[in-house]
Amino acid sequence: MSIRDRLSGNEAIAIAMKQINPDVLPAFPITPSTEIPQYFSQYVANGEVDTEFVTVESEHSAMSACIGSEAAGARTFTATSSAGLALMFEMLYVAASSRLPITLACVNRALTGPININADHSDSMGARDSGWIQIYSENNQEAYDNFIQAVKIAEHKDVMLPAMVCQDGFITSHAVENIELIEDAAVKTFVGDYSPEDYLLNEKDKLAVGPYDTVSFYLEHKRQQAEAMINAKRVALEVAAEYEAITGRKYGLFETYKLEDADTALVIINSTAGTAKDAIDALRNAGKKVGLLKIRLFRPFPKDEIAEALKHVKAIAVMDRAESFSAAGGPLFAEVRSAMYDCAEHPAIVNYIYGLGGRDVRTTDIESVYTDLDTIVESGNIGETYRYLGVRE
Amino acid sequence: MSKLTEIRWHGRGGQGAKTASLLLADAAFNTGQYVQGFPEYGPERMGAPITAYNRISKTPIRVHSNIYEPDYVVVVDETLLATIDVTAGLKETGGIIINTPKSPAEIKPLLSGYKGKIYTIDARQISETALGKNFPNTPMLGAIVKVSGIMEIEQFIEDMQASFNHKFATKPQVIEGNMKALSMAIEEVQSDEK
Repeated sequence: MSIRDRLSGNEAIAIAMKQINPDVLPAFPITPSTEIPQYFSQYVANGEVDTEFVTVESEHSAMSACIGSEAAGARTFTATSSAGLALMFEMLYVAASSRLPITLACVNRALTGPININADHSDSMGARDSGWIQIYSENNQEAYDNFIQAVKIAEHKDVMLPAMVCQDGFITSHAVENIELIEDAAVKTFVGDYSPEDYLLNEKDKLAVGPYDTVSFYLEHKRQQAEAMINAKRVALEVAAEYEAITGRKYGLFETYKLEDADTALVIINSTAGTAKDAIDALRNAGKKVGLLKIRLFRPFPKDEIAEALKHVKAIAVMDRAESFSAAGGPLFAEVRSAMYDCAEHPAIVNYIYGLGGRDVRTTDIESVYTDLDTIVESGNIGETYRYLGVRE
Repeated sequence: MSKLTEIRWHGRGGQGAKTASLLLADAAFNTGQYVQGFPEYGPERMGAPITAYNRISKTPIRVHSNIYEPDYVVVVDETLLATIDVTAGLKETGGIIINTPKSPAEIKPLLSGYKGKIYTIDARQISETALGKNFPNTPMLGAIVKVSGIMEIEQFIEDMQASFNHKFATKPQVIEGNMKALSMAIEEVQSDEK
């Protein structure tokens, strides 16, 4: 039985955490993710969970506490945003390389400089090479569903990697919308108990966590981490199939919308995908064959499947809500264009940097991108590939 | 009624415009509709202008942008009329509701030629009568539900009673006042319709 409710994205994550009832939750507050540990602390105070809630003095300490507790054998969650994730940066790598399946709710917010509290993906994109699984969410429903699935993907014995579940700060984290929840018992059964093969509190089989890795072994350890990330793609699909069986909601490596016969397409992450779907319906009504591909898994990056889904399209706009200052385009653009390299015939591919620091994106903005793609198809001229959407110059 | 109703709230930090938008989302949710309730976030502080939004629909809502062409605008603080273009993009098939002791005819010259319907309500006076304090958001909520017709009034009243009973379980003395503020607002909202 699903439970019809209306929740903000932050509430949805807090409830998923409550339903799972982790062993430990260390956290330090930062806008816009603050509400997650705030709601969770109420569940602790009310006795609705028996989690050890650890208040720390910084995000570096929050992630350090996560590493310690997860290594001890305790299921551990946390939440953060923006500069909080940046302050965890050193420890993110330690968590991943120690193969600790911590689950983190990342409420995407611009990194400071200039200071800004609103949504973009510079925080999680900055952590894309840290060895964490990254799963992105269009709305509160996906944030909830993805968080529950992420725990199971991360803890799978063929994976054993930390995972972050991302959603757009304020746009979905603070918007109250309809949602279908699963009953507590069904969530607990789905996720199951956390029983790692190796853990620090196992007195029968002692181990060291995080020792110095010499030249003789470091490369092999990194390759093992990479193999685990490769496995995560298969496991994510297995977990999605199990999740569909109990909820009826279907998840894949990515979502396509009206892409099968599309002449032009967008590749996009998080909340703007919903806005783009409305734009697509309007353009389809006007006879335009437009579609989109919405990234769910960014780490691992499903390059072959993405190439297969996009190869028939004539022109693609890859939408980046993060700058990478390569002077050649954003991070998603680089990955998608690289994925398309092995196609016999390359679609034209351009990049738009958009929505930085919470700049609002309207259906008309999305429509303008499809108009630009039409121009590329009609003229055969790609022009500048590195573009900005809606910037005042 | 068209399938999607979009509402924009203008208020000042601390007046409860955000809370009112969330209460409206709750009320519409309880009638089985799809809802969005969200504020526009920035460097908020007490007294500064803030904007909040609602989308209410019979079908799932996917769009995640602010609202630029609302069906209705609710102005919780009439002093905003001097500095904010509250009717920007407002559909002329819709209307604007303003918290003021003035009549719609007196307010009309301040609305830069807006041709849609104008409603006024003295939410301050209602709140002070019903609650003994100036909490304008409850009367404004009653007024927008009445004017927009997004749900049946009787169902709305029943629902708000249950919601207040729950919300104010530890302060039952304010439940009756809030219910009174709602029903007074529904009674007293004035329109410029002939």
